[in-house]
Amino acid sequence: MSVSDEVLAQAAAEGDGDAFAALLARNYDRLFRLCWRLTGAQAEAEDLTQDICLALPVRLRRFDGRARFSTWLYRVAVNAAHDRRRRAAAHARAAEGWGEVEVARAAAAVEAAAAQDWLTQAMRRLPEALRDTLALVLDDEMTQAEAAEVLGLSPGTVAWRMSEARRLLRDGAESEESP
Amino acid sequence: MSSDDPLDHLSRALRDAAPDPDPQRRAATLAQAQENFARAQAAGAGMRPISDRRPWRAATMRGVKRMTSLLTTRGGLAATTALVAAGLVLTLPDLRTAVLPGGDAVMTTETQENALRPKLERSVAEEAVMDAEAPMALPAPPPSASLTRLADHSDTAGAPSGSVQFFPPSPAEPPAVAMPESDTEVFANADTNPLRIAAEAPISTFSVDVDTASYGVVRASLAAGRLPPSEAVRVEEMVNYFPYAYAPPAPGEGPFAAHVALAETPWNPDTLLLRIALQGEMPAVEDRPPLNLVFLIDTSGSMQDPAKLPLLKQAFRMMLPELRPEDEVAIVTYAGSAGEVLSPTPAGDRRTILAALDRLEAGGSTAGQAGLIQAYATAEAMAENGEVGRVLLATDGDFNVGLSDPGALEDFIADKRDSGVYLSVLGFGRGNLDDATMQALAQSGNGLAAYIDTAAEARKVLVDQLTGALFAIAEDVKVQVEFNPAQVAEYRLIGYETRALRREDFNNDRVDAGEIGAGHSVTALYEVVPVGSPARLTEPLRFGADDRAGPAEGPLALVRLRHKAPRGAESSLREIEVAPDPAPADAEFRFAAAIAGWGQILRGGEYVGDWTVADAADLARGALGDDPFGYRREAITLMQLSESLER
Repeated sequence: MSVSDEVLAQAAAEGDGDAFAALLARNYDRLFRLCWRLTGAQAEAEDLTQDICLALPVRLRRFDGRARFSTWLYRVAVNAAHDRRRRAAAHARAAEGWGEVEVARAAAAVEAAAAQDWLTQAMRRLPEALRDTLALVLDDEMTQAEAAEVLGLSPGTVAWRMSEARRLLRDGAESEESP
Repeated sequence: MSSDDPLDHLSRALRDAAPDPDPQRRAATLAQAQENFARAQAAGAGMRPISDRRPWRAATMRGVKRMTSLLTTRGGLAATTALVAAGLVLTLPDLRTAVLPGGDAVMTTETQENALRPKLERSVAEEAVMDAEAPMALPAPPPSASLTRLADHSDTAGAPSGSVQFFPPSPAEPPAVAMPESDTEVFANADTNPLRIAAEAPISTFSVDVDTASYGVVRASLAAGRLPPSEAVRVEEMVNYFPYAYAPPAPGEGPFAAHVALAETPWNPDTLLLRIALQGEMPAVEDRPPLNLVFLIDTSGSMQDPAKLPLLKQAFRMMLPELRPEDEVAIVTYAGSAGEVLSPTPAGDRRTILAALDRLEAGGSTAGQAGLIQAYATAEAMAENGEVGRVLLATDGDFNVGLSDPGALEDFIADKRDSGVYLSVLGFGRGNLDDATMQALAQSGNGLAAYIDTAAEARKVLVDQLTGALFAIAEDVKVQVEFNPAQVAEYRLIGYETRALRREDFNNDRVDAGEIGAGHSVTALYEVVPVGSPARLTEPLRFGADDRAGPAEGPLALVRLRHKAPRGAESSLREIEVAPDPAPADAEFRFAAAIAGWGQILRGGEYVGDWTVADAADLARGALGDDPFGYRREAITLMQLSESLER
């Protein structure tokens, strides 16, 4: 038995509580991992996932089945992440995760010894738009075309962003080698 | 991709570093989401035919366990609603502490973990706001669907507060803003001016008023779906909210022009409306003296609301480019303890100012008095060489700490006014907006009190009228009208209840009155009952009346105006005779009359007979004039809204 996410989502949108429960249970972990890639911190990711899940019952009414459910859900997630960042920036407490550039610089010395360091440094080197694109494209179940659909961009733009990310990562690696 | 592709490396690192979701959080979130789902269904039940089943459903859903139709049965629905209602009662007190009361959907039941509660409430409420404010890239969202549902539901559950409110779209209005429910608001007002009999009391005296706060409060109430409390309606502030295309003063006329007109009253064909309009001159921006502005910003915890501190910052950013480089700006905050956040800085140094602004954060309780004293000290230091100094107090009106005696605070402000530092008050948000204090402080400080609820309003107050709001061209402007009892049986001043002066105050230069800013206009309306009109409400005196009456012919009234030059000590007098013959009203007059009529209806409509809001809207619609910023159109929208809310 394998009812597709799309069918479950349609049923949930029409008021079926069990369909909603099944849909969420099935997608929670994946959503959480995306949130982690978008934020870079476990606590932030938990909070963001919760935000999204709690708003989903209302939001789901707008799911019209034209897109794949995962595409739709990821779009909701990316938008929610943007929103959260905007709020966090407003409250000047974006001290965790990939974070704000200034905060990151100040914290860099402290965190230099951390195990995740290469990853954190690499991610921080990238502008926000590229980070979000990567967070989507590096999902195992997502193609570049789907990532483009989530972001509302043309596939060409996503491809360009990927090569841009590659270039920045390479430049960063070189500058690290020659202090 | 080659193996040394940094993206591969990154991808692997991301996969390895990704933590597992916390199982407890997962369970809690899933349970809470399920609860929200049930609630959303119950709320939306009336709006969406959930029995509309598609044929594929029965077959495809076979794999899902425990498929029930609980929610579609009448009993099921009732049970769900009852559950939600119980939740409402249990958690109602929490609403007051929530950052944004966001309706029933954001509430949790008693069984929920308390620790989670504030966060849950906030996140869903913010979602709702975000929905209305910035449509995300979702497939064709229905307009504010979630908002409506939430609001509707709180109605069905009989909740007295906590509904999500939103502003309807209108030309000058930015997108929706959710507002907290009003709570401890205090409004300044007095009884509606009574009818006066010209033969007994031919003289009426008042001070001009350029405040607009009342209109903002009226608008916010209507947009939130409630009629404003009648004591929040000050008719003159509603009339004066709008810019009017009055001719500027002729050369040699003085700092402001006076336009007096007489026309038939829209709500009563048997009476006349006397309009006195003052139009301040608009000196070229280059000619105005440098401004010394001290922003005294309330950063108490209650200012954290998106409609408060964030809106204030936005307003401040919009205003900055309007200042000239030689103007100086300082920022003082008060919360817990007062502090100077930005020392006096030339307006040209925008980076420093913006950086200081960005550092502002809400938190702590309010120490209004300490902040005010520091702000004045700063302003005095800035305005040493006789320049204009002005403190702009931005607050939600919560002066609850450090203020022992409101009277003493007013005296302090009045004192400082005489030494050349003025005060304007910008009110933000609703809930504990202390309108009465705002009014009193601005009045003592020779400034304007405005209520800012939207970005558009911030623009109007701070940008469009910047020079006017911050730079007075005439002070202590008083109006006195003497009616001729031979022509006028009765008269009534519309509005200005809180601005009445005694007859002898007019010539007393020691009595303070309102100021007119550069480019400002002030409009006052009298409803006049001519002698012999069937609209007369009182019986004429049978004995001795003739002794008092003036010549049978003659002017209708004499208007006397007094004002002082900025920081001047002596006032100058101007007199204008009003001829008794009405003329057709121009668009400016008609629009002012429409607003005045509407304002009176909102106050209770004692004197407007069976004239309705629809009549006011019709009159206003025919008097739009240029309306470059859409203020008048917005008023018509609000009139229609108030009409639909009445009874």
